[in-house]
Amino acid sequence: MINLDIWMRENPLAYVWLGSYAVALLIFAIEIAMVIHKRKITLQQVRLMREAQDEAEDDN
Amino acid sequence: MAINWFKYSAPTTFYGLAGKMIPWFAFSSAILFVVGLYIGFVVAPADYQQGEFYRIIFIHVPASILSMFLYLVMAAYAALGLIFNTRLSAMMATAIAPTGALFAFISLWTGALWGKPMWGAWWVWDARLTSELILLFLYLGFIALHASIDDPRRADRASALLAIVGSVNVPIIYFSVKWWNTLHQGSTIKFSGTSMHVAMQQAMFIILAACWLYAIAVVLARVRSIILERERNTTWITELPEVRS
Repeated sequence: MINLDIWMRENPLAYVWLGSYAVALLIFAIEIAMVIHKRKITLQQVRLMREAQDEAEDDN
Repeated sequence: MAINWFKYSAPTTFYGLAGKMIPWFAFSSAILFVVGLYIGFVVAPADYQQGEFYRIIFIHVPASILSMFLYLVMAAYAALGLIFNTRLSAMMATAIAPTGALFAFISLWTGALWGKPMWGAWWVWDARLTSELILLFLYLGFIALHASIDDPRRADRASALLAIVGSVNVPIIYFSVKWWNTLHQGSTIKFSGTSMHVAMQQAMFIILAACWLYAIAVVLARVRSIILERERNTTWITELPEVRS
């Protein structure tokens, strides 16, 4: 903890960048990736359902 | 020519509109982030008391404002869904919650990073910090409650009540620095003016706009997935080009 205190006072810009901006940008990147993943999965499920419906109609 | 805004309150029409709007919001947000960070780190001078550490405010203040405002927007959508039983309102409230929670987390995280060099502590049980932490728990509670109920319409109603009741916390967060003797500083920017350097104000407002546009883009993208999921049994979903391909 003392080492961190010394490091932050010697490198304030690195502390600000890595601690807050890099973390915030990483959080945004993770959120974007999760939203894209969710969209892919949902589209896949809807397509599968549609295919199953089409097959059922063909069978009938 | 009058625009029929009610047309866009239906998931059928809103789905396409949201898809068209997302790239514009996302692109503008990325540009504003770059400009804001450039002004914040290159143009804006160091603070005479806090040195370089003050630069955390360029993300801390926008994240805090967004966390509070998104909660109110979420509660408003939830209330609309509860009162008028509109499908899209409840879907929007569900889509806003994770983004709001992330902004609340970023606000608390960056606040802790600022607090350590300035106050000598990562955390203090100050009224502003504690009420912001409660806001994060309210977001998490909303998400957890919604996820715990299988029937989406019942989940919407139950979580809407939590969102509406929890909205009382937002004015408490905002006025906490006035109502109580807190360690957290009061508002620097007021209607009567500010003592902030122009470049500092520019950086903060540009990043605030970038965060707004980012939040809108992400929420629209998320609500499109929710619409797909909930309306999957309808004909219009099966006829969408992305579903057919």
